[in-house]
Amino acid sequence: MPINYYIFLSIALFCIGIVGVLTRRNAIIIFMCIELMLNAVNLLLVAFSKMHHATALAADTATTAGTDGQLFVFFIMVVAAAEVSVGLAIIVMMYRNIHSVDVNFLNRLKH
Amino acid sequence: MQNALHIAWLIPLFPLLGFLINGLGRKHLTKSLIGIIGSGVVLASFVMSIWVFMQVRGGNTHVAEYFNFIKVASLKIPFAFQVDQLSSLFLLIITGVGFLIHVYSTSYMHEEKTEHFGRYFSYLNLFVFSMLLLVMGANYVIMFIGWEGVGLCSYLLIGYWFKNTKYNKAANKAFIMNRIGDLAFLIAIFWIIAKVGNVNFGDVFSFAEQNKFTSADITIITILLFVGATGKSAQIPLYTWLPDAMAGPTPVSALIHAATMVTAGIYMIARSNILYSMSHVTMSIVAIIGLATALLAATIALKQNDIKKVLAYSTVSQLGFMFLALGTGAYVAAVFHVMTHAFFKALLFLGSGSVIHAMGGEQDIRNMGGLGKKLKITSATFWIGCIAIAGIPPFSGFFSKDAILLSAYEKSPVLYGIALFTALLTAFYMFRLLFITFTGKFRGTHEQEHHLHESPAAMTIPLIILAALSFVGGFVGIPEAIMHGGDKLGEFLLPVIKPHEGTPVSHSTEYALMGLSTVLVVVMIIAAWFKFKNYQRTEATGLGKVLENKWYVDELYDRAIVNPLSRFGGFLNGVIEKYVIDGVVNGVGKAVNYGSRQLRLLQSGQVGSYVLLMVLSMLVVFVLQFFLRK
Repeated sequence: MPINYYIFLSIALFCIGIVGVLTRRNAIIIFMCIELMLNAVNLLLVAFSKMHHATALAADTATTAGTDGQLFVFFIMVVAAAEVSVGLAIIVMMYRNIHSVDVNFLNRLKH
Repeated sequence: MQNALHIAWLIPLFPLLGFLINGLGRKHLTKSLIGIIGSGVVLASFVMSIWVFMQVRGGNTHVAEYFNFIKVASLKIPFAFQVDQLSSLFLLIITGVGFLIHVYSTSYMHEEKTEHFGRYFSYLNLFVFSMLLLVMGANYVIMFIGWEGVGLCSYLLIGYWFKNTKYNKAANKAFIMNRIGDLAFLIAIFWIIAKVGNVNFGDVFSFAEQNKFTSADITIITILLFVGATGKSAQIPLYTWLPDAMAGPTPVSALIHAATMVTAGIYMIARSNILYSMSHVTMSIVAIIGLATALLAATIALKQNDIKKVLAYSTVSQLGFMFLALGTGAYVAAVFHVMTHAFFKALLFLGSGSVIHAMGGEQDIRNMGGLGKKLKITSATFWIGCIAIAGIPPFSGFFSKDAILLSAYEKSPVLYGIALFTALLTAFYMFRLLFITFTGKFRGTHEQEHHLHESPAAMTIPLIILAALSFVGGFVGIPEAIMHGGDKLGEFLLPVIKPHEGTPVSHSTEYALMGLSTVLVVVMIIAAWFKFKNYQRTEATGLGKVLENKWYVDELYDRAIVNPLSRFGGFLNGVIEKYVIDGVVNGVGKAVNYGSRQLRLLQSGQVGSYVLLMVLSMLVVFVLQFFLRK
């Protein structure tokens, strides 16, 4: 499958994520959109990694060149998992305090 | 005995210590202790000065470098003292007359509060210290330190009664006028450094003697130094501060504004006589300015009614005489007159202080009269002072004034004529003062008449000593014509001051000149006696009114210089300061304030808007990066 398809899919996912973050007010949906953007990046990393690794394998069957992109993806997943646990905890606390998950209620940052 | 010169630094140190003790302890010491310390330190300096003077008479002179005052690249200015014939003579005058005036002050200022009494004596000691620094300095920079120091002390003491605005203004005037002169002095020092690379007297003078200066340089340097001297020694055009300086306590007038500080200019020029002798232009300027000042001040003194103002103008006039002597090359005569003038003018000022004391603060001679009967000692000593300043032989003033007149005659008969006329005016106004004050009927109030009394011993003893000095002080400089080898002072100063070249007049001419001046002076005194023995108050008219108003010089200065400057200052204050400077400063403040008020609105607290801005910014960065990529 040509690399272009992966790129277009990835861009589409990323843009959906951005638009979601910008337009939605529900904290959980915003959160999901952030995850979407992270996964768009993951997809891109895996796609490029696979492409480079395939060309490297053609020259040398024992090579590991180009696999570091896939390693990065695992890092991102771990960090994202940690982030989700913190983020969800914040949302729970927010719900407990203001009985809503609407971020527009949270405009106290300016004070 | 040899090492007296090596501890000469003690001479200025004593008054400095006195200044510190009296200044710091003025709230804790008693009046008598302050008086003893204040006078004692000056007495110690005086004793040291006598010792040093004896050594110098024996032919020893000494230049001692203590440490480097300024050392920058090739320029090295040592903190050095020079003890030689000229400075040792001035040391004697300053500490001797200074001591008497300190003693006098203990009584004169006795009614002041202890704290202010201490302040007064600390200023007085600081003054003596500065003056000693001035005459002992072995280069122009050390001299300048003393020069500034005496100016400061003069300011502090004129404004001693600082609650009186008028006195403060007089103090400011003195300080500012002096500063104008000081600036010229400073430029002269810079000029010397630029040409010689050094300011030590010895180096500068030997540089000059080897003819290394161009004539333009030497003229500029000497004129600048002279401008400095006109400020300090109250000559045209900077003389107007001295009469106003009479706002200070009377002993201060005697010490600073008659006997010592104002002679600093004379000292400086006499010290630099080698430079001055090389510039005929400057010499002529000095002589003419001196003579003009002498004449102008003498005419003003004719019509003044404040006892201290008469003496102040008399001082200006006598200083003019000294400058005339300097200008005609008779440096020794100038120094001689400094000495005799210190005696008789200090005497007259202290005498006037005694009168003011007796009159309970009254200074207007129109309200005095007939004081001779009540104030016997004051009146007798005042007589001696007047005779001395008028120049009747064998009083001291005769010899010094005669030497100046003679040198003027050698230069030009015109100078002599004007100088003689001024000398006659001197006799006239001094005896006018004497007769109005001490003879005739008392014109004051009954209360004042009842209060009249002779001053205490602490005031009369200095008067008597100064009167004795005014009488005998002239015998150190008896002219050659009268006694062979009589000019002890000239011989003594020979190593420092080269005898002036000129066509010496014959002894018979000299006798004729002396006789002429003496006879005319006596005539003037008799005229003054008939005019003023029964003085009645009259309003001055015509020329008299102009003289009473000091030729309107103060008004002229106000119109020509002070008011325009003051208006300019007002303009700067009212317009430039208010609208331009403040406008810029406040404008910056207001702009920041307004800008932040507007920027604050961006901080809405809406997370969505923050994210939108972030995304847009990142887009912009990407686009820019895309276009700016090489």
